[in-house]
Amino acid sequence: MRPRRVLLNLAALGVLAVSVFPVYWMVLTAFKPTTDILSETPTFWPAHPTLEHFTTAVGTPGFWTFWGNSLSITVGAVLLALVVALLAAFAVARMRWRGRRAFILMVFIAQMAPWEALLVSMYIVARDTGMLDKLSMLTLIYFMTTLPFTIVTLRGFIAAIPPELEEAAQMDGCSRTAAFRRVVLPLLAPGLMSTSLFGFITAWNEFAFANALIIKNQADRTLPVWLSSFSNVFGTDWGATMAAATLFMLPVLAIFLVLQRRVTSGLIAGAVKG
Amino acid sequence: MSPVPAAPQATRPRPRTPEATPPPRPPRRFRPADLWPYLLIAPTLAGTAYLLVYPLVRSVVISFQHFRLGELIRGGAAFVGFDNYAEVLGGAEFWTVVRRTLVWTAVNVVLITLISTLVALMLPRLGRWMRLAVMSGMVLTWATPVLAATTIFQWLFQSRLGVVNWLLVTLGFDSFKDYTWFADGNSTFAILVALVVWQSVPFAALTLYAGLTTVPTELYESARIDGASGWQIFRSVTFPILRPLFGLIVSLEVIWVFKCFAQIWAISKGGPDEATTTLPVYAFQIAQSLHKYDLGSAVSTLTVLILIAVLITHLRRMLKHEGEQA
Repeated sequence: MRPRRVLLNLAALGVLAVSVFPVYWMVLTAFKPTTDILSETPTFWPAHPTLEHFTTAVGTPGFWTFWGNSLSITVGAVLLALVVALLAAFAVARMRWRGRRAFILMVFIAQMAPWEALLVSMYIVARDTGMLDKLSMLTLIYFMTTLPFTIVTLRGFIAAIPPELEEAAQMDGCSRTAAFRRVVLPLLAPGLMSTSLFGFITAWNEFAFANALIIKNQADRTLPVWLSSFSNVFGTDWGATMAAATLFMLPVLAIFLVLQRRVTSGLIAGAVKG
Repeated sequence: MSPVPAAPQATRPRPRTPEATPPPRPPRRFRPADLWPYLLIAPTLAGTAYLLVYPLVRSVVISFQHFRLGELIRGGAAFVGFDNYAEVLGGAEFWTVVRRTLVWTAVNVVLITLISTLVALMLPRLGRWMRLAVMSGMVLTWATPVLAATTIFQWLFQSRLGVVNWLLVTLGFDSFKDYTWFADGNSTFAILVALVVWQSVPFAALTLYAGLTTVPTELYESARIDGASGWQIFRSVTFPILRPLFGLIVSLEVIWVFKCFAQIWAISKGGPDEATTTLPVYAFQIAQSLHKYDLGSAVSTLTVLILIAVLITHLRRMLKHEGEQA
C-alpha cells in the first residue's frame, strides 16, 4: 500500500506542476528585472521583483483603449445574452405552445454551430450590413455565441423551481411578472451567475472574429488581438509581453477565484446537460 | 412523481424531468396571452436569423458563386454551380489539409481523453489537500485565456531564453541548445498539440471526476468483494456507467479541436510550410489573404460536412435524446 501512495502523490504533483507552471512562469517573468530574464540560467523565484514591465505594458499607446473595447464588448454581450435568454428560457420551461419542441431543437443545434466555419461569410455579412469594423458587431456575435448555452442552462434552472411557488405568489395577489421577479429571479441567481461568467470568459477571450472583422480601425482592436501581435508591439521584450498577458488574464482569474465552486459546478452542470 | 402512466404518455415514454408533467392545456379559444411565448422567443429568433442562419446560408450561396474581390466590392456575383467544389476537391492541397486536420483532431482528442481519464481516476484516491491543490491548479489552467496561453507557450519554447530549452539542455539533451521550435513544421505542430491538450484537460478531467462521484460506492465494493482488479472494475463498472459522459466529452473535444482556430492562427498562422494549416485555418487563408471568398466558403461548407460525418452517431443520439426530453 505504501509505495502506491507515494506514486499516486508523485503523479498528483506532476499534474499540479504541469497545470500551474506556465501561468507561474508568466507572472514570474512579468515581475523579473530584465537582466534576470536575459540571464542564461533562469531563476525560479522573484529575487528582485519589479513593476517596470507593467509600467511598460500599461504605457503602450492604446493599451487603455483596447482594455476599454474588450470590457465594453464583453459586458454588453453578457447583459444582452442574459436578458434575451431569460425570456426564451422562461417561455420554454414554463409555457406550452406550438413550435416549442422545434425551438428547443434549434437552440441545441445553434449550440453546436461551427462558428469558426462562418468567419468568411460573417465578414461578408458584416460588410453588407454596414457592420464591418464596428465593435457593436462583435458584441452581437459574442451575444449569439453564448446565447444557446445560456438558454439551455437557465431553462434547466427555471424548470427546477417548482411552479407552485409562483402560483402561490400569484394567489397572494402578485401579477405573473411580479411573481417571476420576486420568486423565480432570486432562485435563479446561481444560474444567472454561472451563465454570465461563462459568457464573460467566452467574449473576453474571443480572438477569431475580433481578428477578422476589425480591420481598418486599429484603435478598435480588442485585447486578444492586440496581445497576439505582441512581437510587433514589444519586440523581444518578454517581460512586458508577460505583464500584458498577466493583465489580460487578471479579470478572468478574479472571476474564477471569487466564484470558483459555482463556476465549475455551473459549467459542468451546463456542459453535461448540453 | 407518480409511477402510474397517464393515458397520453403511454405511447411515448418520457424521462422523469421536472418538465415531464405539463401544466394543464389552456382552452382552445385564442387569447392574446397565447402570443406571450412567441414574444418571449422573438429576440432569440431575430439574433439567430441575423447572426447564424443568414451567414450560414450566405456561406453556402457564395460557395456556388464566382465571388472574388471584384464581386465583394461591386456585387453581382454569378452562379457557377459546383465549379468551386470541383476546384477545391480536385486540388491535392485540400486533401493534404483534410488528412492533417484528421490527424490533428485524433492526436489531440486521444491525448485529452487519456490524460483526463487518468487524472479523474486519480483525484478521488488523493488526500483532501492534495486533491484540492490539483483541482485548483486545473481551474487555473482552465481560467487561462487562449491568447494568454499562446503567448506563454511562445515564451516557454523561445529558442535562446525559453525555459523548456534550458530544461532539456540541463537534462543532457544538448541538441536543444538555442533550438528554434517554431521554425520547424513538426515541432510547431507538437507545441500546438501540447497547448491544446494543456488547455482542454481541466474541463474533461473535472467533468469526468464529477461524473465519477455519482457512481454509487456500493458498486465498487461489491465488485471488489467479487475479486475484480482495478482495471476490471474500470472496464465493467465505471466505464459502462459513465459511457454517456465519455461520449459527450469525446464529442465536445472533437468539435473543439477540429474547428480550433485561435491558437493556430496566433502562434503560426498555419505555418511554417503549411505544417499547421487545418481546415478552418485553410478556409480563412484562402478568403482573407487570397480574396477567394468563393473557395473559402466552399472549404467552410466542406469542413462542416466532414465534422458532421465524424460526429454523426453522436449527433443522432443527442438529437433523439433531446427530442424526447422536449
